Amino acid sequence: MVTESDVAHIAILADIGIGDEELAEFTGQFNAILEYFDLLDQVEESGRPAAVTTNIFRDDAVVPSLSLDAVLENAGESEAGYIRAPKVM
Amino acid sequence: MGSITFDAEDRWNAFITLCREADHGDGPLAGVLVAVKDNISTAGVQTTCGSRILQGYIPPYDAHVVELLKAAGAAIVGKTNMDEFGMGTTTESSAFGPTTNPVDTARVPGGSSGGSAAAVAAGMVPMALGTDTGGSIRCPAAFCGIVGLKPTYGRVSRYGLIAYANSLEGIGPMARNVADVSSLFSVIAGPDARDATSIDRPYSHTPSSDGIAGLRIGVPAEFFGAGVDPGVAEKVRSAIDSLADLGAEIVECSMPSMAFALAAYYVTCTSEASSNLARFDGIRYGPDIESKRSWHDAYQEHRREHFGKEVRRRIMLGTFALSAGYYGKYYAKAQAARKSVGEDFARLFADVDVIAGPTMPTTAFALGEKTADPLSMYLADILTVPANLAGVPAISVPCGSVDGLPVGLQLIGRHCEEERIIDTAYAYEEVRR
Amino acid sequence: MSEHTDVIIGLEIHCQLNTETKLFCGCSTDYKTDGPNTHVCPVCLGLPGALPMINRKAVEYGLCVAKALNLEVPEESEFARKNYFYPDLPKGYQITMYDRPLAVWGYLEIEGDEGEKKIRITRIHLEEDPGRLVHKAGAGHVAYTLVDYNRSGIPLIEIVTEPDLRSPKEARRFLNKLRATLEYLGVYDGEREGGLRVDANISIRGSERVEVKNISSYKGVEKALTFEITRQKNLIRRGLRVERETRHFQEGRGITSSARSKETENDYRYFPEPDLRPLRVKDWVEAIALPELPDARRDRFMATYGISLNHARTLTGDLRLAEFYEALAAKTDPALAATWTADTLLGELNYRDMPVTTVPLDHFADLVGLVGRGEVTDRVAIDVLRALLDAVIAGETPVTPSEYVKQHNLGKGAADAFAAVIDEVIAENPQAVADYREGKGAALNFLVGQVMKKTRGKADPKEITPLIAARITPEEGA
Repeated sequence: MVTESDVAHIAILADIGIGDEELAEFTGQFNAILEYFDLLDQVEESGRPAAVTTNIFRDDAVVPSLSLDAVLENAGESEAGYIRAPKVM
Repeated sequence: MGSITFDAEDRWNAFITLCREADHGDGPLAGVLVAVKDNISTAGVQTTCGSRILQGYIPPYDAHVVELLKAAGAAIVGKTNMDEFGMGTTTESSAFGPTTNPVDTARVPGGSSGGSAAAVAAGMVPMALGTDTGGSIRCPAAFCGIVGLKPTYGRVSRYGLIAYANSLEGIGPMARNVADVSSLFSVIAGPDARDATSIDRPYSHTPSSDGIAGLRIGVPAEFFGAGVDPGVAEKVRSAIDSLADLGAEIVECSMPSMAFALAAYYVTCTSEASSNLARFDGIRYGPDIESKRSWHDAYQEHRREHFGKEVRRRIMLGTFALSAGYYGKYYAKAQAARKSVGEDFARLFADVDVIAGPTMPTTAFALGEKTADPLSMYLADILTVPANLAGVPAISVPCGSVDGLPVGLQLIGRHCEEERIIDTAYAYEEVRR
Repeated sequence: MSEHTDVIIGLEIHCQLNTETKLFCGCSTDYKTDGPNTHVCPVCLGLPGALPMINRKAVEYGLCVAKALNLEVPEESEFARKNYFYPDLPKGYQITMYDRPLAVWGYLEIEGDEGEKKIRITRIHLEEDPGRLVHKAGAGHVAYTLVDYNRSGIPLIEIVTEPDLRSPKEARRFLNKLRATLEYLGVYDGEREGGLRVDANISIRGSERVEVKNISSYKGVEKALTFEITRQKNLIRRGLRVERETRHFQEGRGITSSARSKETENDYRYFPEPDLRPLRVKDWVEAIALPELPDARRDRFMATYGISLNHARTLTGDLRLAEFYEALAAKTDPALAATWTADTLLGELNYRDMPVTTVPLDHFADLVGLVGRGEVTDRVAIDVLRALLDAVIAGETPVTPSEYVKQHNLGKGAADAFAAVIDEVIAENPQAVADYREGKGAALNFLVGQVMKKTRGKADPKEITPLIAARITPEEGA
């Protein structure tokens, strides 16, 4: 069982906004889903699927980067080539 | 080289973006109209994943499959509607409104590649690309009465496919018949030096029904278990019988891992999604984040405002499944379950060549039927997720209808044996014709 | 228990690997002179749909380090996602290695406080660097942030030690040795700005451990550790508790400060990176031929050039210095070259913050030759060296030391040429002469110094000392 305060905590961990009015709905749905997930308790073994293939690599050779225009085209605000973001300090 | 005008009327909301004028080159698909699901990047054409968080995003590059389509001469006529980020079984969670089923517009087309399926089923285009994470090609193919192939994991490059659940998903062809699915597949399959999980297995096969005699077809009892509509079961049984009539040998078998496959699937896909969807912060692309606020406040608000409820629900579920103290109970167990599913397939495929069953437990839902109860919607994926968990190929081919709604026969093959399931589907299609 | 054994230090070192391209894409790592966001592509910008592809060279470099530091490479290693949300992290997760690192359990031998000592290495792994943030101030506060993703995806190697270091000095020695080793391997360029970052775990035996983050220079490490140890010892002395916490080093102020964040605890929700396959690279290690490493070169220098352990250690402690010395030794007397490089040149370079690579080798060899042939005094040679280095800094083309000595008439005069000066000095300093005669040896040095002064250093103290002594020593039996 998860409680509304658990769900609020998960929302903080996920850094995803949740409104108080949504808490009851999400909590109810989570409990139904998590109860279903308990089916996994019957899996006895551990481990994970063996990798079908191992990794492939690329050579250390320079490939042209995007143009600054292409980079900034989708970005919101920019300043002297920098992309603007919310303050973090 | 040429250009076409695409003037089909989109009465089903199958497309998010339409390209009314499309250029095309020469090649095996010269001038063929192809629709592309909107989670596949197209240079210069808005790519949204059915989400407001990517509204207005114009990729500066083409997905690998889009490069291949263009090189084959195809005319890409638009980007098709989908459940937001592929998270759904009905195409109702799109930020751009639901797509309706051309067979019955009161019904969903299935999802998440519902736009591609509807565009093909309605005859707007002969073929389309979809993506399949837990059934997202096969489900709408079944619900709309067309053919859809989920390839072997890695046989088609994911470069440019906007990730929802990387270890499960792939791009595949959808069309009205097996031959078209096969020809579209031959264009998109093959290795890609930009996708470390891609495998070097190009496809250049022409469908044939010659190999059907003596083919061993496994029918797991679990594919006809609780929740499978009796009408659907009957149609699929009779389709399998007609394959037996062609000389295939039917082998009743069992797949015990089906008991927890769906749970393993949802834990895995939500976990991966919780990580994949972190990048949509409104800084580099998509609607702008409010840069006057402090980072975490602005980021939370941005996600709350631009992601739909199902996406937020899955991000939270996945965050929980990966979090300290729960990783072992959820994520790690899901991987062990995945291993078990793979072992089940390996055991069955040591004895049979193809596994057959229904694609979906029911026919298409009514619009709105499942939206309030996410778990009931998740349960509809029970028959499609095993192939994704194991990375094996699976195809859905129409096998009649119940109350006027199409039913899909699902054929699952060994790793990289698309040729065999395509041939089997082709043989069945010939009999039905 | 002696004071220094109370201190327990472990380090986590992040070094930028010296590859041409980033860890997961083909963008060039050579962006220092270019503007922001000019070395980015869909992959390192985290554009939707882009996928990482591992740079083979970065893995090879990692394995070189593993082999040089005696680590074991497991059958399989794997990249994982470290999830956290920050504007410099374009994907919302960092691709790093977590529970299956590239290599585990090795060591690096250093000269510890109490002799040779093995510092155990817990693990090494590869990871990508985030981008760079610039904080823009508004009216007295930070208004917003600017992001440059050129650094995003730069390959880093993280080297984690066991808590085997016992003093800031040992930590510095370890870092110097590590840096030298990485440079010898050719996997790291110590002159690259921001190429090294260190986090340190520090505790006083019996107390909680403190992590100090973001130390970005070698000098900073010793300063940060010294500050932090003093801080912790003061707390303990005052009967207070050292709290388990993360602190940031403020390079400018030389202090550490608490980095308490709102979140009580980080939960990075690591899981295997699904866009990459596990690495099976154990057999690559056998194919790696390691170059000569610092210890081997040190021993060879001693054997080949007959120089002291201390000189050999100093000269091999930095790749460029070692190469400079070897080239120098080929042109002039190796022993004298070692003395002049290790004891004199290094100090002058440090003072001027000049790299050894800027020193014109032939000029320096010429200078050592002048000294070796007795053509100039040591003191003149130092002056000539200073003039040479100053000319280099000023961007001038320096004249050769031989030419400089000729131009300035600094050649060593014959000892008897100084007879008049010696007479003068003896006449001017009767007290010193008397002191000497009473057995105060230091008085002789004073007189030598006076002669040196009057001859502007041209007199060789070794030659004039006996001359002066002969003049003022009372005759036997007088």
